[in-house]
Amino acid sequence: MGCPTWRKAQGCYHQGVDQARTARTYLLVLLFIGLRGFGNLLLAYGTKRLPAMLGVHPAAYLQSMLDPAVAAGIAMLIFSMFTRLALLSVADLSFVLPVTAVGYVLAAVLGRVFLHEDVTAIRWLAAFLIFAGVAVVGSTPQNTTKQAGAQ
Amino acid sequence: MKWVLVAITVVATALSDLLQSYELKRAGEQSVSARGIARLAGMVVRRRYLILSIVCLAFSFFAFMALVQSQPLSFAVPASAASFILETIAAKLVLGEQVGKRRTAGTLLVLCGIVLLAR
Repeated sequence: MGCPTWRKAQGCYHQGVDQARTARTYLLVLLFIGLRGFGNLLLAYGTKRLPAMLGVHPAAYLQSMLDPAVAAGIAMLIFSMFTRLALLSVADLSFVLPVTAVGYVLAAVLGRVFLHEDVTAIRWLAAFLIFAGVAVVGSTPQNTTKQAGAQ
Repeated sequence: MKWVLVAITVVATALSDLLQSYELKRAGEQSVSARGIARLAGMVVRRRYLILSIVCLAFSFFAFMALVQSQPLSFAVPASAASFILETIAAKLVLGEQVGKRRTAGTLLVLCGIVLLAR
């Protein structure tokens, strides 16, 4: 909702700007979690069907990138890296870390659904703890340091 | 071998995150539009701390890739989250972030969840 002109002088303008920034921050969080989750899933799926074990040989890694699932996974993870950079430009590292931890729950769910890994009752309890922690951290200010630069 | 891979992933991730957070806070607000990504990519090749962070990220990534091939995804992902403690302490001490009681409590809850997830 917009601010009436008479209320802008009372700080309503800044409240609107803060809300828009918060919305953008959480949009970046969601984008990052989705890209990272599905990127890791594709990477796990692709690497598990490779004939050779990955170790310390760079050639094995380069060869693994010819696999379409591995290549798609890497592309998604690269995009997720840019998303995270943008996120770190507007929010604290100590805020970003726990809030994006929902991705661990997504990893467990995706592992269960697509890779048929076990998700026990303890893991669902873990998911609850992570969500609770994220809710608590989400109630703290996203950025507690002054930004030196501006776009 | 799996714990060596976890250790490399954790330390390299923590270093990379600290360097990225430091540089991006200095750079100001960024976006992920086409122009925003081009701008971010330009920053990555120009700023030395970001270049160093990408090197750390590469170490972390290849160690994680080897880990995820030999271990279940549901172990590899939470195990690499040990970097949480390291990074939260460093965020307070090195980056000067205000890690208050509520944020610490929330982070510890998340950490407990991740440890449980690895069982």
